Amino acid sequence: MNENKAITVDKLTKKFGDFTAVDAISFDVNAGEIFGFLGANGAGKTTAMRMLCGLSLPTSGTATVAGFDVYHQTENIKKNIGYMSQKFSLYEDLTVKENINFYAGIYGKSNQFIKEKTSQVIANLHLENEVDKLVKSLPLGWKQKIAFSVSIFHEPEIVFLDEPTGGVDPITRREFWSMIYKAAESGITIFVTTHYMDEAEYCNRVCIMVDGHIKAMDTPPQLKKRYNATSMDEVFLKLARNAERAQAP
Amino acid sequence: MRTLRFLLQKEFKQIFRDKAILRIIFLVPIVQLLVLPWAADYEMKNINITVIDHDHSPYSRQLISKITASGYFILQNYTASYKEALIDIEKDKADIVLEIPASFQKNLITKNEAKLFIAVNAINGVKANLGGAYVSSIIQNFNQQVRMQWIQMPRFSPQLNIEVVPSNWYNPQMNYKYFMVPGILVILVTMIGSFLASLNIVREKEIGTVEQINVTPIRKYQFILGKLIPFWILGLIVLAIGLGISRFFYGIISAGSLWVVFGFAAVYLLAVLGLGLLISTYTVTQQQAMLISFFLLMVFILLGGLFTSIDSMPHWAQLVTRADPVSYFIEVMRMVILKGSGWADIKNQLLIVLGFAILLNGWAVVNYRKRY
Repeated sequence: MNENKAITVDKLTKKFGDFTAVDAISFDVNAGEIFGFLGANGAGKTTAMRMLCGLSLPTSGTATVAGFDVYHQTENIKKNIGYMSQKFSLYEDLTVKENINFYAGIYGKSNQFIKEKTSQVIANLHLENEVDKLVKSLPLGWKQKIAFSVSIFHEPEIVFLDEPTGGVDPITRREFWSMIYKAAESGITIFVTTHYMDEAEYCNRVCIMVDGHIKAMDTPPQLKKRYNATSMDEVFLKLARNAERAQAP
Repeated sequence: MRTLRFLLQKEFKQIFRDKAILRIIFLVPIVQLLVLPWAADYEMKNINITVIDHDHSPYSRQLISKITASGYFILQNYTASYKEALIDIEKDKADIVLEIPASFQKNLITKNEAKLFIAVNAINGVKANLGGAYVSSIIQNFNQQVRMQWIQMPRFSPQLNIEVVPSNWYNPQMNYKYFMVPGILVILVTMIGSFLASLNIVREKEIGTVEQINVTPIRKYQFILGKLIPFWILGLIVLAIGLGISRFFYGIISAGSLWVVFGFAAVYLLAVLGLGLLISTYTVTQQQAMLISFFLLMVFILLGGLFTSIDSMPHWAQLVTRADPVSYFIEVMRMVILKGSGWADIKNQLLIVLGFAILLNGWAVVNYRKRY
């Protein structure tokens, strides 16, 4: 097992009946990097991510996350990862503090740890006045930032972010990415899916999925050079132009 | 254990913040218990009767006043002909028509017999049956009175001399509410158990939070216990409220030990919670869960012996009721509350319901998946 690899994936495949959502993809993610997973809707990003998180059983292929096998050691994987899903995942009828408390508690963190880290996180987010408000009363951008903070609260090795900035305004998105950088600096490996191509520029390496296959994988500058493009947007359009299932589920 | 504590804390906070659920838990039982027992009463009262009296004799008038004085009948109308009386039935104003022929009194005295005619509106079978039977028995009674008056005591009494003195055990006044209220309590507890628990879990599926839970190291059994325990406690609380209401409003004081009632309810709730859990593993939206629970509850109630006696169902239906957990609890509730049965008497039912609890929960746990 290579110590520097946070995630290794080899010919990972997921079929739903006749439909192959993810078709034998292979890639590695280095520890501590920000790895962008790009693709149009229906390209298979979310399915691939769900297999790595232990939410979906692969049809074939192998993969390890934090050194654990995705078939048999999902419980170990779950102790070492954080996850923030496309759907909003905090409890709307609990307060900010109660949400943090709950998620930290089920990861088995001590009361002392929870107490200290909560005040630290709240201070970083400048939410001192909102800690005791119900989450449903907060604007979406704030909720997403809180959800991210909750997903890395237990200090996981890797955090999976599934389109974390969907529907969020540009300013909040920028703030969100500065949070991601901060997390990466503290040593957390970031695995993020997005379809905002400007966000792809922020990643150390990106992997572009089209129709269940990986079409390209490299650093953003290299990709732009290879496809003779000025932005990631152009790279993506060149690669995804021939996609067949742009709107498939 | 620590994980479970966090889960329970979260669950109780959510339940007590949800006004709709609180209303369902505390208001619905109260309203149901205060209203339903009055409506679900099989004793027939207010039967409308239309009388055609061709005789206009003291006897015919005596008979009519005997019928109206019984308390079961309302004298709807006097008509001159059978035809007019039928119109009352057609318009649903009358349930029963009693026709007294012209020489009723004369025939009764001289020929020692007289004929009466009763027509019953049989659209509502129960009302028709009971109403017809009541009228017949009142007429029988009247008949005996007349005979006593007119027939000299002969050496050989023409009347049968068997006297029947019924004694109603366990419910001496034959108060229908004593029979219904314990059964309605069972339905309430069942609803809290199966409805609310399954809706709660499916709601997390709908919102997407269950996914977040599934990527945490929470074990399957921890999540399930975290969902079951709160509703198990709520079910017992609702039962306690219900027993309080039946005591203060209907004067029903359990003849048997309340420990037996709550002990059985505790096991029974495990079974219905297991059912709720099972429903939640097969559904993805609250509507689906609601419809399935509703369908099952309907079948369970109708087969459970709440309204109709299981003993009078056809054999195959009786076999089906054995797969109905509701029927066992209704039976036990009536046994304990009205008859004062103890642990030994309800042992069989307890074991069967325990079997249901193990089967349903086991099935649900196997079918509950963290990974698809």
